[in-house]
Amino acid sequence: MTMKTVFEKTTGLTDNQTHYCPGCTHGIIHRMVGEVLEEMGILEDTVGVASVGCSVLSYEYFNCDMTQAAHGRAPAVATGIKRVLPDRFVFTYQGDGDLASIGIAEAVHAAARGENITVIFVNNAIYGMTGGQMAPTTLVGQKTATTPFGRNASIQGLPIRVSEMLSTLDGTAYIERVSTHDVPNIIKTKKAIRKAFETQKQGKGFSMVEVLSSCPTNWGLDPNESLDWIKDHMVPAYPLGVYKDVPKEADR
Amino acid sequence: MGKVLMKGNEVIAEAAVHAGCKYFFGYPITPQSELVAYMARRLPEVGGLFLQAESEVAAINMVYGAAGTGVRVMTSSSSPGFSLKQEGISYLVGAELPALIVNVVRGGPGLGNIQPAQSDYFQVTKGGGHGDYHTPVLAPSTLQEIIDLTEAAFDIADQYRTPVILLGDGMLGQMMEPVEFKELNERDPEQKEWATTGTRGDGKPRIISSLELNADALEKRNELLQKKFALIKQNEVRYETFEIDDADYIVTAYGTAARIAMNAINQARKDGLKIGMIRPITLWPFPEQPFIETRDRVKGYLSVEMSAGQMVEDVRLAVEGRAPVSFFGRTGGVVPTQEEIYDQIIKLAGGVEV
Repeated sequence: MTMKTVFEKTTGLTDNQTHYCPGCTHGIIHRMVGEVLEEMGILEDTVGVASVGCSVLSYEYFNCDMTQAAHGRAPAVATGIKRVLPDRFVFTYQGDGDLASIGIAEAVHAAARGENITVIFVNNAIYGMTGGQMAPTTLVGQKTATTPFGRNASIQGLPIRVSEMLSTLDGTAYIERVSTHDVPNIIKTKKAIRKAFETQKQGKGFSMVEVLSSCPTNWGLDPNESLDWIKDHMVPAYPLGVYKDVPKEADR
Repeated sequence: MGKVLMKGNEVIAEAAVHAGCKYFFGYPITPQSELVAYMARRLPEVGGLFLQAESEVAAINMVYGAAGTGVRVMTSSSSPGFSLKQEGISYLVGAELPALIVNVVRGGPGLGNIQPAQSDYFQVTKGGGHGDYHTPVLAPSTLQEIIDLTEAAFDIADQYRTPVILLGDGMLGQMMEPVEFKELNERDPEQKEWATTGTRGDGKPRIISSLELNADALEKRNELLQKKFALIKQNEVRYETFEIDDADYIVTAYGTAARIAMNAINQARKDGLKIGMIRPITLWPFPEQPFIETRDRVKGYLSVEMSAGQMVEDVRLAVEGRAPVSFFGRTGGVVPTQEEIYDQIIKLAGGVEV
């Protein structure tokens, strides 16, 4: 009796084993990006840009040409690539420390220019790689290595809602916030990633998918509790949904 | 083509176009803004692209991205902006990407002023950003020389996969001189097998990165980089000498300071003093050889700079204490006069016999 193959790893990812912590949803998000690149048949026409932070080694995992960028600079690096190669697909894969803090200027201006790139923005409300410090997206009251008594708005300020902020810019074409805390939302996440790359394919301009993601290690929760924490704490603070979807025919 | 009267900053820009550069990412800063403006008008004419970035940091990282696709790409700035580019330059070196970075130096530190200076010498020759590295630095002293050195800079960048710095100052950037360009030849862009352009059926994905988490592996990468730097030191040293064979004293200076010092030397020669000149054209690699060849027979060297004394340290290293090395410099954007330098030469040579 021969075995029937019912499931295979996407060719959008390499065979390298990822370094992510158990229960971290980077692996899921990686796989969906890889699946979308494979399904759209654009792997060989894609150049990805890895950021600094937990996803710094993502160039080892995506099965396409990849460039590693300095902290926060991925949208500028992507701009350089896309402006030379306008017919290739260019995406960045960035965490919240990278995109919302040190790289906020590069993100805002790439969006404002309407760069025809796709940003995969993974928001886990904390700096992971450097050991669990406060991020711009850390929730009020959330304990981190640098907010040991909980984020206090009067001292550390308030979280930045990146999707809301960037969707106010005329240069953005498609912005959606999704989550990885359960299967229905994971399926929505993949649809959003596909939609973002389709937006780039149609030359409509800047597209971004903000993915709410878990960090069991730095949150001090087990993987299941982490998924609940996304649902119970992050989703209310960062409402899911489409923030911008410029129709193809729109006069821009 | 005949001679045309052009401003230094525009000469750099046109020279880059002649060298096949079609991509420029920059940010305005005085006294180099004409370069940015020239490229904004000129590059579309040759099918290229100009983009004004939101900051110097973004500009150098756009250069990083574009360089990774294998094209000839450049940016330009002046001192405070150049400091901001150091992060990206360190990454370009680490990832071994070719690019041209122009620094039209102005007075500092801090915001300083917009007058010509040479006070970024340490920053451009000693690494500047983090990590163990050097970048080749070419320092023209005339607008005509800019044309040759800009092309040489791109060639060196491509040959060694390294960022190269073209170092000018506010005087060279702002002055006008007649220059002559060769005919513009359309050159085919070089195909670079390491470039990330999408795999397009040619197999394994390529990665551009300066990250190496394993210490032993990173040390090996550093050793390879050091080998490359040694090769550049061996092959790419450029300098010019003037009447050093019979010289009692040798003045050394680069860029604008060298032009002015040359006039002072000519005057001293007329007055019967045996003064020679060594003009470094590459500041890194520093031209040690003419100093080694003369250090046991001259009575001394005088380093003239528009700084508080930076290149003089490399002169002293090359001379190895075998002859006295003195220094004269003006700072803060003050350009030394021919008379001032002449007086320094006289002081050094113990006066003129009347």
